[in-house]
Amino acid sequence: MPIRTYIEAIRETLRDEMRRDDSMIVLGEDVGKKGGVFLATDGLFDEFGGDRVVDTPLSESLIVGASIGAAVNGLRPVPEIQFADFIYPAFNQIVSEAARMRYRSNGAFSCPITIRAPYGGGVHGALYHSQSVEAFFAHVPGLKVVIPSTPYDARGLLRSSIRDDDPVLFFEHKKMYRAIRGEVPDTDYTVPLGRAQVTREGNQVTVIAYGLMAAYALEAAELVESDGISAEIVDVRSLRPLDVETLLESVRKTGKCVIVYEDNEFGGYGAEIAAILAEQAFDYLDGPIKRVAGPDVPAVPYSHTLEDWFMVSPDRIADAVRELATY
Amino acid sequence: MASTRTKEASEPVLRAATVSANGAAPTAGGAPGEGLGLTREDLLRMYSLIAVTRAIDERMWILNRAGKVPFVISGQGHEGAQVGIAYALRQGYDWMVPYYRSVASVLTFGMTPREILLAQFARAVDPSSGGRQMPGHYGAAQHNILSTSSPVATQVLHAVGIAFAAKLRKTDQVTITYLGEGASNQGDFHEGLNFAGIHKLPVIVVVENNGYAISVPASLESAVEDIATRAAGYGMPGVIVDGADVLACYRAGKEAVERARRGDGPTLIEAKVTRMTAHSSDDQHTKYRTAQELEQEKARDPLPRFRQQLRDAGFLDDKEEARIASEAREIVEDATDWAESQPEPDPATATHHVYAPGTAGAGAPASEG
Repeated sequence: MPIRTYIEAIRETLRDEMRRDDSMIVLGEDVGKKGGVFLATDGLFDEFGGDRVVDTPLSESLIVGASIGAAVNGLRPVPEIQFADFIYPAFNQIVSEAARMRYRSNGAFSCPITIRAPYGGGVHGALYHSQSVEAFFAHVPGLKVVIPSTPYDARGLLRSSIRDDDPVLFFEHKKMYRAIRGEVPDTDYTVPLGRAQVTREGNQVTVIAYGLMAAYALEAAELVESDGISAEIVDVRSLRPLDVETLLESVRKTGKCVIVYEDNEFGGYGAEIAAILAEQAFDYLDGPIKRVAGPDVPAVPYSHTLEDWFMVSPDRIADAVRELATY
Repeated sequence: MASTRTKEASEPVLRAATVSANGAAPTAGGAPGEGLGLTREDLLRMYSLIAVTRAIDERMWILNRAGKVPFVISGQGHEGAQVGIAYALRQGYDWMVPYYRSVASVLTFGMTPREILLAQFARAVDPSSGGRQMPGHYGAAQHNILSTSSPVATQVLHAVGIAFAAKLRKTDQVTITYLGEGASNQGDFHEGLNFAGIHKLPVIVVVENNGYAISVPASLESAVEDIATRAAGYGMPGVIVDGADVLACYRAGKEAVERARRGDGPTLIEAKVTRMTAHSSDDQHTKYRTAQELEQEKARDPLPRFRQQLRDAGFLDDKEEARIASEAREIVEDATDWAESQPEPDPATATHHVYAPGTAGAGAPASEG
């Protein structure tokens, strides 16, 4: 089976979907000849031309707002926001417009767009090239939020997102782009939205994570295994809608749960998972629900030592698992 | 589709002029419509649209004051510009992205008085939103009128995107969108015009400048008096037109449509209009407008001005004027009674249309009952 990096999986999926569907376009800053700052759209301009691979002005609100209009008139836009940190000028278009179009028109209009954005720290990106923004959007009914952690899922979930008839925010951890490799079948497979996946089975502690943290959680499981602790890892994959059943099934089995996310801890996405587990799995819990998350400072600082201090690591996850295992 | 509905009794419709003695295109020198390709029927239809819109608008305020609808936002004083410009489009083929004062625009583009009143009463079969949005947020898929929100100027980007798709798909569609001069200070307006200019998109952006952003006067909204001058920064023509001069508005719309259709790109039209009412039913405009100003502004009302223009040209006489007035009354009565009698939305449907059918999981309510 072919081996692909995370970004190769994304690039090939964009290419294949554009070949498959003439109505699909990509648009964003530097997505054309340059192929995107991370080369996610490399080669698309040469194959599909400037009409369908559109370099836009530095106007994020336009990138999303024009995508909404283009979708209404028969296109299937896949806009790229160059860094998730720069998505805020488009927040109004995403939250007030794209998310609410179907509902406010009572189903008369829809908004099939997939907004791709690289997120996350650990790459010396400092305050404005490191942010995790998923919690803002996962809060909004009408939006779907997807974060893959493997090349296989990146391909399968991106296919599903592009073919989906709702607005999807598709966040890609930039540290994974070239660091993560995996098997990617050369078929038209999809990974459905709204399904979590148990990526490692265990029976003592459940670790729930997504994106880079899902990869780190697997590393942490290896670390605690030598201590005789069996950790089960659940990769959320789809933050909204959320596959609660898979989460509950794991926690009912282990009775203990660590939720890991890179975003600031306070009010982060993991808080929603914690609330759901507290409401729906209380009788099964043998210890407190624990969160391992980014510290509550405004963003990831630049200096190597400061960035290391900020980032959640496999060691920190392993420590939390060990602590919870003692309950 | 939410917009499909059965009419128990057919809705009265605007008719062309009943008297067709001089019904062909006017030939007299200086006659209204001359050189614009408008027939007498066209002119009387435009007049009727303005008259009916005004009657509907006035009815909205009465219903509000009577406690029957909680909110009104409307366009008295804007109707001449709206009908004049929108009359240049191809109904049901081109695209319209309206704003909350676009009563006359959407009526010109195919929505019916019953549909407008359904939005006022927030009834289940309201095609704009099924009673989910405040009145004034018009949309109708079957007429290519996109659903609109309340944050101002966001719709400019949607119009630009629709036009981008039209250009890419070579559909020959022109997209028109509307906003107030207050909204023209939002970033979305500028981002949209910039992109439209770069790609020479077939889009028309109409600023209906009534001099107020709720209470804030134009002098505190913009450093330039004419919003149309901003077009120069985006490589497109900026056209200023007297919004009370219906035919000047039609001419501006027609030229912009032709330019777009030719592939020559976008146009910014600024129609200088007057806001004859408060901003909305929740505003008391005498707090920031003098009685003298309000009195003077009546001279800028497009309805009597167009009526006089048609009378002077011999296109409208007492009999025809009375017929149109009576027809407008009949249409408004019908629309009000019919819309009010329609069922309210069922709360069991309030979870519908959050996501596409088939979406499941936490955070996604049942999409269909």
